[in-house]
Amino acid sequence: MDMSFTPEEIAFREEVRQWLQEAMPAAIRRKADNGGVFERAETAEWHKILYQKGWIAPNWPKECGGTGWDVTRRFIFGEELVRANAPELSPFGLGMVGPLLIQYGTDEQKQRFLPKILSGDEVWCQGYSEPNAGSDLASLQLRADKDGDDYILNGQKTWTTYAQYADWIFLLCRTGFEGRKQEGITFLLADIRNTEGITVNPFLTTGGTLAFAETWFQDARVPQRNRVGPENGGWTMAKALLGHERTLIGGVAESGRWIAFAKRIARGTKVGTGSLFDDPTFRRRTARLEMRHRAVTMANYRTLAAAQLGRAPGAESSILKIVGTETQQAATELAMDAMGHDALGWLDSAPEALPEHERGVASQFNYLRAATIYGGSNEIQRNIINKAILRLPNA
Amino acid sequence: MNFDLSEEQQMIVDAVAKFVANDSPVERFRKLRDTERGWEAPMWERMGEYGWLGVAFPEAQGGFSGRFVDMALILEQLGRGLVPEPYIPSVVLAGGLISRFGTAEQVERYLAPMIEGQASLALAYAERQSRYNLSDCLTRATKSGGAYTLDGEKVWVLNGHAADSIVVAARTSGEQLDAEGLTLFVVDADARGLTRTLVKGMDGQRTALLRFDAVEVDAERVLGDEGRGLEPLEWAIDRGAAAACAEGLGEIQELFERTVAYLKERQQFGVPIGSFQALQHRAADMFIETELCRSTAILAAIQVDSEDPAERKADVSAAKVQLSRGGWFVQASSIQLFGGIGVTDEQDEGLFFKRLRVLNGLFGDADHHVDRFHRLPRFEAELRASD
Repeated sequence: MDMSFTPEEIAFREEVRQWLQEAMPAAIRRKADNGGVFERAETAEWHKILYQKGWIAPNWPKECGGTGWDVTRRFIFGEELVRANAPELSPFGLGMVGPLLIQYGTDEQKQRFLPKILSGDEVWCQGYSEPNAGSDLASLQLRADKDGDDYILNGQKTWTTYAQYADWIFLLCRTGFEGRKQEGITFLLADIRNTEGITVNPFLTTGGTLAFAETWFQDARVPQRNRVGPENGGWTMAKALLGHERTLIGGVAESGRWIAFAKRIARGTKVGTGSLFDDPTFRRRTARLEMRHRAVTMANYRTLAAAQLGRAPGAESSILKIVGTETQQAATELAMDAMGHDALGWLDSAPEALPEHERGVASQFNYLRAATIYGGSNEIQRNIINKAILRLPNA
Repeated sequence: MNFDLSEEQQMIVDAVAKFVANDSPVERFRKLRDTERGWEAPMWERMGEYGWLGVAFPEAQGGFSGRFVDMALILEQLGRGLVPEPYIPSVVLAGGLISRFGTAEQVERYLAPMIEGQASLALAYAERQSRYNLSDCLTRATKSGGAYTLDGEKVWVLNGHAADSIVVAARTSGEQLDAEGLTLFVVDADARGLTRTLVKGMDGQRTALLRFDAVEVDAERVLGDEGRGLEPLEWAIDRGAAAACAEGLGEIQELFERTVAYLKERQQFGVPIGSFQALQHRAADMFIETELCRSTAILAAIQVDSEDPAERKADVSAAKVQLSRGGWFVQASSIQLFGGIGVTDEQDEGLFFKRLRVLNGLFGDADHHVDRFHRLPRFEAELRASD
């Protein structure tokens, strides 16, 4: 039992930290330090910088353009990105469809899609949920009918996050209408920009951002060669991808950043002749959250160490999703409360009234209510624990 | 980073688990809780023969040069059977102090027989007014010539009723709350002027109320430096807290498993009650808190060996809070899900519940550790992602 890093790993951390210090453009750094919300162009710029360095896809195998780092180095790299407040890259290509294609794609598909995911020249979005298929994802109804070399798609996807910026969408559609509903699902890749019959409608989140979108399909033709895996075999892939997603979206490192940010806000919040950070009630609440965060971080370490030994994250990753996102929300709640009256403000409040570093807090606080919902709601995660680990009987 | 057990560690865990299953299941504790002593000397001797009492002490002292983690693994298994032998007070607290701060003579005299299971030890530090403040000490040690005279009272001394020797914190200088001026002494249980009153605990274990009336202690029984006893005491109590997290983990795991089994077996409305989603989600939350208790117990067991007191304190406090809050959720939920029979003395779950509640309050409760955590200098610093 050992939780220390080797001298080589410590040296690696230093190297990463120093590079991040030098490589991050001044404008991005300034925004990062003030908790700002990044523009699309800024995220794209940062993507290119990582790509040119060769550090864009630490989780991919080396032969596909990954870094060849072991799990610990990947973890250190991830921690340093968060520590530097680097813009978060879109997970849909690098974190989701990329690894899926590496595992299940044909050689032709890999050659066609992987290089442009790495370079950032093609941006992806996810087409899973539908208005009537949320937690009950397998009930999805977007239908795909075979016609010559194509499928013809009709129906609707929703929560296609940032679909308005995407070039491609990976989606689940229904090709089989008999038997178990899980058995008639197929995984397809569609050119969302250039396919006639696909329409994207972005809509506002409560965070005031256009993160959400719905995507409509009306007689949209998708070539059969863009199918990943066998027809009616998409559910296996959907599950593989969701399991992977759970370990990504717990936001463990981000929560640490939020707690630190809440402290910074408290230091700047005047109370009488001192600051909120001197207030014992605030300090105890922050301490409780910080300790909870240490517990989740340690759980994350354990998952990581197991992965290092080649054990895949199983249903235990549900723990990280549940507690990770709950901690993340609690941290945003702490930051909001720390702001006091400033928490009345919004993205467009007059700058005289709201300091720059507090400007994005309310937006994030609102948007991150989604954290306990997306990627399989935390209630669904509890069902997964019950079914896969506790093996409790069905109702 | 690697949290897998070594081959040797796995062997110890298997051996202790087998011992608990065969020789010390909960029924044994059930019988012992009605006896005056509360635990059995022959069993303690066997634990000594197996080497379990010396795992973490240096070889030169008769131990096996292991780390705290090795003791934690043993404690977790002992917890699963509610084994009442005084591992925490004797090995972790007093044994740890004598091993680290004792002279060669003290080690020879007090530690060696304890490692062999021939004797047991205790640590007397708490007083009626002290709550969890370790520097709050009214017991006085007055020096005259080559000896000290101890006067005062210590409460809730774990294993104080049966220990052969007791490490006692007393004030050699300063006022009640001063950090300076505390000194540790090793006092023989049969010292003249020492009165021991047996005090039974809620958990069925035994403690003692110790009264010191002009107890004479030779100068060579001073443990560590005179007047500088607070740091060693803090060190020992942190190890006690980490040990409580380790033993508590065994009890929480046991309660969790028993509860899940009961949910599958107990029928109401014609179906197993584990098929109801309200109960399923509570069970999932119990699983989560149990796993977080495991994570933080490991964290504390590793970090309690850290030479940096700030590191040690932060992680021990985080673990103790998880035990006392997350662990509490598991123990309370377990009773709730068992329903009425969970509150009967006949059912073992109540025994685990009581022991856990005692551990929750020992070595600082959750509020105490939250308070301590935000007073650490590191709380002021920006939280780094690598922390």
